[in-house]
Amino acid sequence: MDPQAAKLIGAGLACTALIGAGIGIGNIFGNYLSAAMRNPSAAPGQFTNLLIGFALAEATGLFGLVMAFIILGK
Amino acid sequence: MTTEVAHAVEGNAHDPMHQFEINPIKHFDLFGYDISFTNSALMMVVAAVIIPAFLVYAMRHRALVPSRIQSVAELTYEYIANMVRDVIGEDGMKYFPWIFTLFMFILTLNMLGMIPGNFTSTSHIVVTFALAAMVWLAATGIGFAKHGFGYLKLFLPEGVPWWLMPVIVPIEIISYLIRPISHSVRLFANMMAGHTMLKVFAGFAVTLPWWGKIAPAGFMVAFTGLEFLVAFLQALVFTLLTCIYINDAVNMHH
Repeated sequence: MDPQAAKLIGAGLACTALIGAGIGIGNIFGNYLSAAMRNPSAAPGQFTNLLIGFALAEATGLFGLVMAFIILGK
Repeated sequence: MTTEVAHAVEGNAHDPMHQFEINPIKHFDLFGYDISFTNSALMMVVAAVIIPAFLVYAMRHRALVPSRIQSVAELTYEYIANMVRDVIGEDGMKYFPWIFTLFMFILTLNMLGMIPGNFTSTSHIVVTFALAAMVWLAATGIGFAKHGFGYLKLFLPEGVPWWLMPVIVPIEIISYLIRPISHSVRLFANMMAGHTMLKVFAGFAVTLPWWGKIAPAGFMVAFTGLEFLVAFLQALVFTLLTCIYINDAVNMHH
């Protein structure tokens, strides 16, 4: 296989890590919203936890994206 | 020959990565090291000038009933102060000036990058890693200064059965050591991916024939709004994680 083609396929595969990040972020915000609808008065107190969960879920996907950047940059 | 050069220049300008190029403005050398004043450094200097200028200007009247611009300054201050009090507690307020500076600096750099044609310093991992490494070193220093070698108990979570220790302790140590990397990569990758995506769709809007321009242009408008949200949210997340890392060092309940 042409090394250039293999490089591009590899970068594309590395980006699939973002599937998990998308599912995770959707889960977090969806569950936050459904919980906030049930008990709106408790929602503002959990905003910090929401952001922590969002940041942690996003980081794992972004590692894959950075891998893609590294592969393409070489 | 000239058409070739023109084509190369045009091709370069359409490259989505072109906007991240660092260009020296004034060249300096120090003991053989290149310490040129670059467009990235220029943006950071602009941010460092804008922040105190804005805060001093906004607070110049110190009115009891704040004007609109004074409200903005007070809101940002109160928001970060509340975050520090919530996460670290009242004795975390002595780290507040540093945390507030970090938040304002990152927020201003992100927002400066949203001006078309401007350079985004936070889209380079060297900038975000320097900030994250500073946070990590400071948190580790605070932890050891406050608890001495007892700070190493951070790696021994309470309530874990003894036979799990050989597994848990290395995981805890690795997750502690990887903090500066995940902390910096989050900000850098978000800014870089967002700006690259905007540039790719701008490329579509420029190169497609007129009937194809409308959809990418509309998409650009919507996603520029989203990028403003991301610029704010990532500054907030960076600050929040800084608070959490300092909280680990100050209070140590794991």
